Amino acid sequence: MKRYNINHIRELESEAIFVMREVAAQFERPVLLFSGGKDSIVMVHLALKAFYPAKLPFPLLHIDTGHNFVETLKFRDNLVKKINARLIVGSVQESIDNGRSVEEKGYNASRNILQTTTLLDTIEKYKFDAAIGGARRDEEKARAKERFFSHRDEFGQWDPKNQRPELWNIFNGRKNIGEHFRVFPLSNWTEMDVWQYILMENIELPNLYFTHEREVFNRDGVWLAKAPFMKLKPNEKYETKKVRCRTIGDITCTGLTLSTAENIEDIIREIAATRITERGGRFDDKRSTSAMEDRKKQGYF
Amino acid sequence: MTEENKIFNKAYLDMELLRFTTAGSVDDGKSTLIGRLLYDSKSIFEDQLEDVKKASIQKGNKFVNLALLTDGLRSEREQGITIDVAYRYFATPKRKFIIADTPGHIQYTRNMVTGASTANAAIILIDARNGVTEQTFRHSYISSLLQIPHIIICVNKMDLVDYNEEKFTEIKNDFEAFASKLSVKDIQFIPISALKGDNVVKKSQNMPWYFGGTLLYTLENMHIGSDYDFENARFPVQYVIRPQSEEYHDYRGYAGRVAGGIFHKGDLIKILPSGFTSTIKSIDTYNGELEEAFPPLSVALSLDGDFDISRGDMIVKANNGPKQGQDIDIMMCWMNEKPLQLRTKYVLKHTSNEVRCMVKKIKYKVNVNTLDKISEDKNIKLNDIACVSLRTTKPLFFDSYSKNRITGSLILIDEATNETLGVGMIK
Repeated sequence: MKRYNINHIRELESEAIFVMREVAAQFERPVLLFSGGKDSIVMVHLALKAFYPAKLPFPLLHIDTGHNFVETLKFRDNLVKKINARLIVGSVQESIDNGRSVEEKGYNASRNILQTTTLLDTIEKYKFDAAIGGARRDEEKARAKERFFSHRDEFGQWDPKNQRPELWNIFNGRKNIGEHFRVFPLSNWTEMDVWQYILMENIELPNLYFTHEREVFNRDGVWLAKAPFMKLKPNEKYETKKVRCRTIGDITCTGLTLSTAENIEDIIREIAATRITERGGRFDDKRSTSAMEDRKKQGYF
Repeated sequence: MTEENKIFNKAYLDMELLRFTTAGSVDDGKSTLIGRLLYDSKSIFEDQLEDVKKASIQKGNKFVNLALLTDGLRSEREQGITIDVAYRYFATPKRKFIIADTPGHIQYTRNMVTGASTANAAIILIDARNGVTEQTFRHSYISSLLQIPHIIICVNKMDLVDYNEEKFTEIKNDFEAFASKLSVKDIQFIPISALKGDNVVKKSQNMPWYFGGTLLYTLENMHIGSDYDFENARFPVQYVIRPQSEEYHDYRGYAGRVAGGIFHKGDLIKILPSGFTSTIKSIDTYNGELEEAFPPLSVALSLDGDFDISRGDMIVKANNGPKQGQDIDIMMCWMNEKPLQLRTKYVLKHTSNEVRCMVKKIKYKVNVNTLDKISEDKNIKLNDIACVSLRTTKPLFFDSYSKNRITGSLILIDEATNETLGVGMIK
C-alpha cells in the first residue's frame, strides 16, 4: 500500500499555512510583523503560499529602531517590491521625538525595549486586530508557553497565567473592541527547521547571514558590530573578523558569530554542531532570567 | 550541492514528527524526565545548562536540577511547579519531537486535556514506590478520552526500589487490570530512573531483567503512520481565495487543510450544507498542482462550475458524507472558573464553522479518579468531565471523535468574555 505521510518540515509548513489562513478568515485588519530577519522572511514566504495565486491579504509592518543594519533595509525594500506588498513602517525615532519613548543611556543603551511603545502605537493607529509574528516556542522559556493565537488586552498586555486553552487546531480569535491578537504561525518550528525550510524552498536571505568581514568589538564575550551610535568602553577595541549573524535584530543587541559559513548548507552544519542557543548571543535577553517574560507582558513581540 | 551535502540534508529531511504529552503528579519526576531526555539526546545548549546550574545553586539544590529547564514563567520557578502547558522540542536523526509538558496536579486537568489534544503518544509516569494511584487513573483516562493512540507507562524512580523486577511487574499488572476499561490501542511499560538516566536514552545496566527498548527508542520507533483517518474524505473550507487580478480573473480556490481521506483531481464531490455535487478541477498549491491531497496537507481546491461556497462549508466525497445534525452528544471538559449554565447560549466552533448552541442536558459527570458515572450531581465546574447533549442553531457536519479527531472536536466560547469555556469530543 502507498504510504501517505509527509516529513516534519512539510507538516510544520502545512500547519503554518493553516494558521495564516485562519488569521485572514477570522480578523478584519491583520498585519504581518516584518523585522527583516530570517523568521519573518520565512513567514512572508509561507503567506505567499497560503494565499496563492492571490496577493497577501495583509500589509507588512516593520518597527524600525533606526539602528538597523543597512543590508536589512535594502533587503526589505527589494522584497516588498518583488511581491508587490504594502509596507508600513513604525518609527522608534519618531516615538522618541514626540516624547512617547525615552532613549536609554549608557554603554548598553538599546532601543530594543522602546520598540514596544512604537509597536502598540502603530497597532492602535491603524486599528490592526491581529499581528502575525515570527516568534518560536523554542527560542526562549517564556515563549514556550505562548499560544498560536495569543490574546492582548486593550493595553496590549499579555497575561501568561490567564491564557485561553488552545486545543486541536481550533483557534479562538474572538475579542472585544480595542483588544488584539498576536499570532505565531512558526510556534512549533525550531531554528534547525527554519534553516532546513530555507534550504528546501530556496528562500533568499540578506547576506548578513553569511560570512563576511566586518569591524567588530567584544563586549562581555559577545561580538558586536561597529556602528555610529555604539560607544566603545575604554578596554574595548575594533577588530576585523569573519562573522555572520545567527539572528538579526537591532545592531546594538545583535551578537555576531565568528563563522566561515558561505551558504545554507554550511549554516545548517554549523548549527548542528553548535552548543549555544540562538538567543544566547542576544544582549537583550541577558538582562535577567525573566527579561523576555517581562517584555512580553508589556506587549513586546 | 555536493554529494556529501545531499546525504547530510536528507538525514534531516526524512524525519517524521511525533507529538507527545507527559503527565505525572507533582513529585513523579516529570520535569526531571524531560530534562533527562533533552540532556542525554544532546538537545540542551550550553547557555541553557548554564542558566539551570546558576538557578540550582541559587535555590540551594545539591545537584543540577534538570527540572528547572522546563519551568518557564517566573511564578513557576518561584513555586517549583509547572502552571501552564509548555512546549519543548528536540530531534534525533530519526524523528523530530514536540513535547507538550503538562502539569499534573488535580486543578490542572484542563492543561492535560490541552496537551493531549494534539498528541500521538502519552507518557504517564508512575513513582515505583507508590505504584498505581488515583492520579495514574486520571491521566490514563484523559489520554484515552482524547484518543491518544499510544500510551507509554514509565515506572520511574526504579533506583529507589533497588531496580526490583517484582515491583515493576506488580505495577504493570495493577495498571493492566484498570486499562481494560479504557480504549487505548497500544500500551507499553518501561522501568526507568529519570534522575540516574536508566532506560531513558541509555539502556540500563541495573535492570538486566528488562528486555524492552529505552524510552527514546520506543518514541523513535512507534508506528504513527495511521494516526489520521485516510478513509473518509473531509475538507472543511477555511478561506476562499479570489485573486481579483487580470490573470486569474475567475479563479476561486477553496483553501483548507485536509481533515480526512484522500482527494484526487477529478473526484466527484459533494458540498455541504448545499448538497450540490461537482468534480475537483484542480488541487492547487504555490508549487504547482497536485494529483492528490491527504491529511494534514494545506491546499486549495478548485471545482467545476460556479457555487456559493464559503468558510464553514465542508467538501466531502459524493458517496461518503459525515453525520449531520443539530442535536449532538459530546464528552466535555470544562475549562473555565465560571461554571457551565444549562440553556445559556454559547458560541460553538467546530472545524471552520461557527454557530451558537446551548447545553440542553447533562447526562452524567465522570469521576476521573474512579471512572464512575455520577448522575445526581449536575454542577459542571472547572476541570469537570461530563457527557452532555447540545442543541445547535444550525446543523453541524461531523464524525465521532473516535473516527476523526478533527471533525469530531469542538469548543464552546463565552459570548460576553470571549473566553474558551469548554471543549468537546463528539460521541
